[in-house]
Amino acid sequence: MAEPQISIRGDGDMSTLVASGELTVVNMNRLEEMVADNVKGGFAAIDIGDVSKLDTAGAWLLTGLLQRSNNPEAGFENATDLQKSLLETVADNMPKPLPPQKRQEGFVNWLNMVGQGTSEAWSSMLEILSLLGEIIARIAGYALRPWRLRWTSLVHHMQAVGLNAIPIVLLMSFLIGVVLAFQGAVQLQQFGAEIFVVDLISISILRELGILLTAIIVAGRSGSAFTASIGSMKMREEIDAMRTLGLDPVSVLVVPRVLALVIMLPILGFLADMAGLIGGCLMVWINLGLSPTVFYGRLLDNTDAWQFLIGMIKAPFFAVLIALIGCHMGLRVKGNAESLGVMTSRSVVMGIFMVIIADALFSIFFALLGL
Amino acid sequence: MTSSRETIIEVRGVHTAFGDHVVHDELDLDVYRGEILGVVGGSGTGKSVLLRAIVGLLKPQKGEVRVFGTDVLSASDAEFTEISKRWGVMFQDGALFSSLNVQQNVEAPMRELLDVAADTRAKLAQLKLSMVGLPDKARRDFPSDLSGGMRKRAGLARALSLDPEIVFLDEPTAGLDPIGAAAFDQLIRRLADTLGLTVFLVTHDLDSLHAICDRIAVLAEKKVLVTGTMKEMLDVDHPWVREYFHGPRARAALETG
Repeated sequence: MAEPQISIRGDGDMSTLVASGELTVVNMNRLEEMVADNVKGGFAAIDIGDVSKLDTAGAWLLTGLLQRSNNPEAGFENATDLQKSLLETVADNMPKPLPPQKRQEGFVNWLNMVGQGTSEAWSSMLEILSLLGEIIARIAGYALRPWRLRWTSLVHHMQAVGLNAIPIVLLMSFLIGVVLAFQGAVQLQQFGAEIFVVDLISISILRELGILLTAIIVAGRSGSAFTASIGSMKMREEIDAMRTLGLDPVSVLVVPRVLALVIMLPILGFLADMAGLIGGCLMVWINLGLSPTVFYGRLLDNTDAWQFLIGMIKAPFFAVLIALIGCHMGLRVKGNAESLGVMTSRSVVMGIFMVIIADALFSIFFALLGL
Repeated sequence: MTSSRETIIEVRGVHTAFGDHVVHDELDLDVYRGEILGVVGGSGTGKSVLLRAIVGLLKPQKGEVRVFGTDVLSASDAEFTEISKRWGVMFQDGALFSSLNVQQNVEAPMRELLDVAADTRAKLAQLKLSMVGLPDKARRDFPSDLSGGMRKRAGLARALSLDPEIVFLDEPTAGLDPIGAAAFDQLIRRLADTLGLTVFLVTHDLDSLHAICDRIAVLAEKKVLVTGTMKEMLDVDHPWVREYFHGPRARAALETG
């Protein structure tokens, strides 16, 4: 391995810059240091007779030195043909700086960003509403001609979002029931009001937690899957291909997903309710010694069927929100992989957020109804 | 080509299969330093698979792949990194990193594998981009903003980022218009000549083969059936080779060239 070397031979205007060794990109840092140390003034020529290896980086360095020397007469000496052609190519392509990009700073920039964000959020909301309108119109059409619905696709998605989600939903809800029973018992025992644990568990699970937590899991599981699958189809121009074939992406891709979730989320919610009650019942039995018979009797006596229905009523609304946001974000994916990632995470965050907002609105609504 | 030339890639007895489907069986191939080797073959004969096996993206069931004398298949991580500094790969659609702009894409190998000052790195990346014929203003564009031809050029610039000794090109002219393809051919030829590159070129493009390749390797019947110059190909007596090099498109390429 020949050590790279750059030095000046001779004095004054007639001096020669001598380069030798391997002038390659690997040695770039050392070469630049040598240039800073050794090359101070001008020179009349660059001798590269002893250069054992020259790549574009080395050629770029030498060409830059030559241009900097401010000597129009200066040239390369003892270059081989290959080195000459490389130096010529590099000289022809020496990069010119681009004008700096205009960049707004400070308050104006911030205001600009806020404005853009707001207008994007607004247009995104309008797009979601318009997608909802399209979906409703398609479903109304299917109500008149049900044989045109894509049944295979619907069943496939029902399996993916519903059946396959059952284990995780059951486990989660069961554990929530256990935790509620345990924590509730510890608190209520202080007042000797252990029996109210049953009310605590049944009302909170049936009315709120069962369906809310199921919706959150489904948003993370299926909302993101909708965005990712539709988004990658968008990236590979499959959606454009559908349009040119006269197929409507909304009826082919979106409607089956939305319908599947609307059908399956209430079922998942129901299963979550049951698992939660069983978990609670079991923990109450172990912890407080209240037998399942007692739990069952107390449940029937003190918990209105409305508590259960309120939970179930919310399920289809949550399903529409999750599926709608998931599909909408998928359709907004642009050509690159990064946008797919951004949209998928946005779909999950926004899906969960909207579910919680909707849950709060339902709470107010049912409170006004006195239920 | 004479056997006295230095062999830079040596493929011996490579056997690749996906499940029951055998792609390569006892495949041998030599690539010599400084040549442009064109690899041709019908669709599904494993041209890209061979490329992927050589650059270590895919492990053949059997065989040996030596690049710069080191066996790629059994190389340690450190050895493999050293080899990968000495080759550049251009994928079919450029395979640019979509989260980086064009200039950052070309800088990426220098930033990750070498110790080069940031300013120099930027200048060198700009030089490479200019050498492959991308306009200056494209430096700041993201891959999704570029046309297919520009993505290929940017991909080539990234492959050349470390001034490699070998460049692997996977169908560089596929999907380009004839003028763009011809210009790209000339670009490869000129860069190969000035930089002293060895080029491993997978292609379907008869014009490319004719215009820039020193030697052609034909993949058929699960191995390298025959290698030689374009002229020698015309005399090969094998149905596929005959069909390929004597078809109407081949004749057109020969006449214009």
